[in-house]
Amino acid sequence: MDQLDRAIINQLQGDFPVSDAPYAEVAQRLGTDEGELLARIKQLLADKVLTRFGPMYHAERLGGGLSLAAMKIPAEEFERVAVIVNQMPEVAHNYARDHALNMWFVLATETPQGLPEVLEKIEHQTGYEVYNMPKIKEYFVELKLQV
Amino acid sequence: MDAIDRAIILATQEGLPLVPQPYHAVAQQVGITPADVMARMRVMLEDGVIRRIGAVPNHYALGYKANGMTVWDVADQRIDELGELIGKLDFVSHCYQRPRHLPDWRYNLFAMVHGHDRAETAQKAALIAELLGDACRAHEILYSTRILKKTGLRISG
Repeated sequence: MDQLDRAIINQLQGDFPVSDAPYAEVAQRLGTDEGELLARIKQLLADKVLTRFGPMYHAERLGGGLSLAAMKIPAEEFERVAVIVNQMPEVAHNYARDHALNMWFVLATETPQGLPEVLEKIEHQTGYEVYNMPKIKEYFVELKLQV
Repeated sequence: MDAIDRAIILATQEGLPLVPQPYHAVAQQVGITPADVMARMRVMLEDGVIRRIGAVPNHYALGYKANGMTVWDVADQRIDELGELIGKLDFVSHCYQRPRHLPDWRYNLFAMVHGHDRAETAQKAALIAELLGDACRAHEILYSTRILKKTGLRISG
């Protein structure tokens, strides 16, 4: 990763233009050309330095349900429960964390009503309680990472 | 949001086409004019349906290997004021108020903190603790030890 890659990553975290030739516009700001910028973005995605590039949609404003949930799973049961949780298509991310509440996942459902159904299904199939922690208020969601 | 907006979302949720005229490419896929695609996406940006158009860096690949979910037990009557304050810090990427589950879970403010290592993340959490002062009764940092699943949010066609 060189200086241009870093400049691209920093520049692309801001507002990308909605225009006929947006890559050419951004390239100009960066002092490079459209072809080079497109090639660099493709490479950064291929190298997994960027996980995606495009519009970030706001899940709840699309009409769906979204929540963060946690579970407290004994070590010997962890893998079995992880398989069940991960099998749910509504589970988008699932992380093991070092805490008594050791499994944390984000769920997204097509409708808000779908959320309690999935949580109940997980509790029923695993035999463990799910701690539902939907956001009450959002203070900030953005990436401000400078590289 | 109507069927055409939905078609635009389906065409772009994996990413914006990496071609010189990406909105034209989306227009062709959806079957409307490029001007319509751009007008609708501008409205979605204004309405907050699209948070922003841009890149999502992989924190881990950029050297931020200690991503801690910091959680705080903050006085309810001050949480909005303090949440706004913490959300403004440049090392916090997400900041939310969430419900407590007493007695197992006392924390009501969540802030994702990114550091190159755990020492740096802990140092940043200490800065948050300082800002919260007496309004904070307890806090913890939960590090992820393993990604069990990561597919991202998707709507279905």
